[in-house]
Amino acid sequence: MNTFSLALRNLLRNYRRSLGTLLAMLVGAVTILLFGGYSQALNLGLQTGFVQSSGHLQIQHKDYFLYGNGNPAAYGIANYPALLKMLKQDPVLAPMLNVVTPTLSLGGIAGNFSAGVSRTVLGHGAVVEDQNKLRLWNDYDFALKPKKSALTGTAEDSVVIGSGVARVLALCAALQVKNCPQPKVEVSKGADAPADVMALSEGASSKVATGRIEMLAANAHGAPNVAALTVVKAETIGVKELDDMFVGLHLSQAQKLIYGAGTPQVTAIVLQLKHSSQMAAASARLAILMAGQPLEVLDYTVINPQYGQITGMFAAIFGFISLLIGSIVLFTVSNTMSMAVVERTVEIGTLRAMGLRQSGIRRLFICEGVLLGAMGAATGVLAALALAWLVNHSGLTWTPPGNVDPIPLMVRVWGEGKMLLTTALGLVGVALLSAWWPARRAARLNIVDALRHA
Amino acid sequence: MYPVILKQVSKHYRLGSVDVPALQEVNLVIYPNRFTVIAGQSGSGKSTLLNLIGCIDRADQGEVIVAGQYIAQLPDDALADFRARHLGFIFQNFNLLAVLSAFENVEYPLRMLNVPAAQRKARVMELLDAVGLADKAHHRPGQLSGGQRQRVAIARALAPAPQLVLADEPTANLDSQTGKAILQLMRRMQLEHQVSFVFSSHDPQVMAEADDAVLIRDGRIVSVEQRDRLLVKKQEERV
Repeated sequence: MNTFSLALRNLLRNYRRSLGTLLAMLVGAVTILLFGGYSQALNLGLQTGFVQSSGHLQIQHKDYFLYGNGNPAAYGIANYPALLKMLKQDPVLAPMLNVVTPTLSLGGIAGNFSAGVSRTVLGHGAVVEDQNKLRLWNDYDFALKPKKSALTGTAEDSVVIGSGVARVLALCAALQVKNCPQPKVEVSKGADAPADVMALSEGASSKVATGRIEMLAANAHGAPNVAALTVVKAETIGVKELDDMFVGLHLSQAQKLIYGAGTPQVTAIVLQLKHSSQMAAASARLAILMAGQPLEVLDYTVINPQYGQITGMFAAIFGFISLLIGSIVLFTVSNTMSMAVVERTVEIGTLRAMGLRQSGIRRLFICEGVLLGAMGAATGVLAALALAWLVNHSGLTWTPPGNVDPIPLMVRVWGEGKMLLTTALGLVGVALLSAWWPARRAARLNIVDALRHA
Repeated sequence: MYPVILKQVSKHYRLGSVDVPALQEVNLVIYPNRFTVIAGQSGSGKSTLLNLIGCIDRADQGEVIVAGQYIAQLPDDALADFRARHLGFIFQNFNLLAVLSAFENVEYPLRMLNVPAAQRKARVMELLDAVGLADKAHHRPGQLSGGQRQRVAIARALAPAPQLVLADEPTANLDSQTGKAILQLMRRMQLEHQVSFVFSSHDPQVMAEADDAVLIRDGRIVSVEQRDRLLVKKQEERV
């Protein structure tokens, strides 16, 4: 009859109370694990979204991230084809790379001059085939159906705009954008537009049936440059500010707008790795390769600060919930153990009289607490796995911040070994802590008083 | 060697702000291999005396020497080890561990002493057989009668082969027939195992069976009566 076996039998003796305590621990473990699993799914989902759109790492001209928005031409990477070649051929980096692609961001004014409307926009020039490859990245096996870019297979002058841009530029009807109310106020006549722009607009308007815009941007020398573009689709973007300003272009078209006949440049080289776990190694290698050049490497958490904000918020909520549940478990187990000490006072006195040391009594009650913790953690983990499976197969969906389309509601418990282990060990630790004080009290009972206890 | 020697032992309790003397300058010798009863009325101090002899309480003054060991000198862990090796206890309410079988209850003191499993098993079965409960070895206390539980308690007390067994009113919770049988069993075991038994009791049956009777009143020993040693020898021969 060792301490473990005796502790187990004592727990079974008061099985109703043990069951109640176990239930409290089980609910606690399930709550922590389900919320942790949801939080983890959200974290990885966000990461997947950002990595699909902006890669893991970006090489930018030094300080472009801070000041380049105002003047992208001044922060261009001129020798980018050579840089791309070097990255793709680097023996250390190349095996880690999934996609390496250049992009060019620019600011400008888009106008539908035939309707007499215009607005400032943010242009994003990219290599469409590479963008499609970026969208296939799914390192965490989410149930995703990646869509190809609407620019796939289109002519160089094709663009995709945000539905907000389409609304302001009165293109909803032409682009068949749903839920796109038009303003009741009269817009100014197209005759107010500059003559050369009007001529460009009229000349192009007969070519397409979908929609035409003209985009004006300052070129690398500060002079205005204008391009007539065909809008192939208006897409809703989850963030309204971006939806109202987004214009997606072919990289070559964006380069023509900014650099004209000059040497084309890009504002960033996007690197998508095969796995997020390779980021540290890839960054270290890039630091060596970029040494001495006016370039810097930024990761997706810096480029998309909302990632850190959202995951940080969920981490804080998770910590708060864990603390709350830990406290509840602490008091529940402590109460159970204290009652056990009171009920078994005579037994404690008997064992001490028979020669069991104080440490033996302490060990016995701590063992009971740890056993309760271990059983609570084990059943909690099993219940959480079962419930997570049910949630993941329930067909429930939700729309994360910044998304347009709902995604399946996922709770990632299975495979999250670190979270499972931390939660289980945490519960056992809390149970041990809860049992410590009653065990200490039991061990220090006066033997004569304990034997007299009624 | 005398199993127990008490020299000028005093013990006081505090009841609120009142100091209550439980034992006052007690001198006592318990002789080896004897059946000794400590008799007295309720509150006379017999349980306190038994607790001091059993090393589960400490004297305020005087010397308590059990099995040749000065008890006051032992720290708590050493005292616990001393009790495990040299003393056995039989309680009025049997105090068996409810979650253990009769076998496991008797085995428990041997486990504390790290006796090898084979020796433990042999010793436990020998004792259970001696108290007539070999067939109930796997019964839990809840499945045993009062008398049977006390038999298990006797076997448990004798398991580590102690020099001294202390019994606090062992027949108080038993009917007279069962009490008599238990008393006879203890007497037999005392003689077979050559061990000293010390009881606290006011049961006439127990007092009649004793070799030595220590009468205590108001915390002081009033008389020590020793029966004819020849009578003991005759009983030993009968066994």
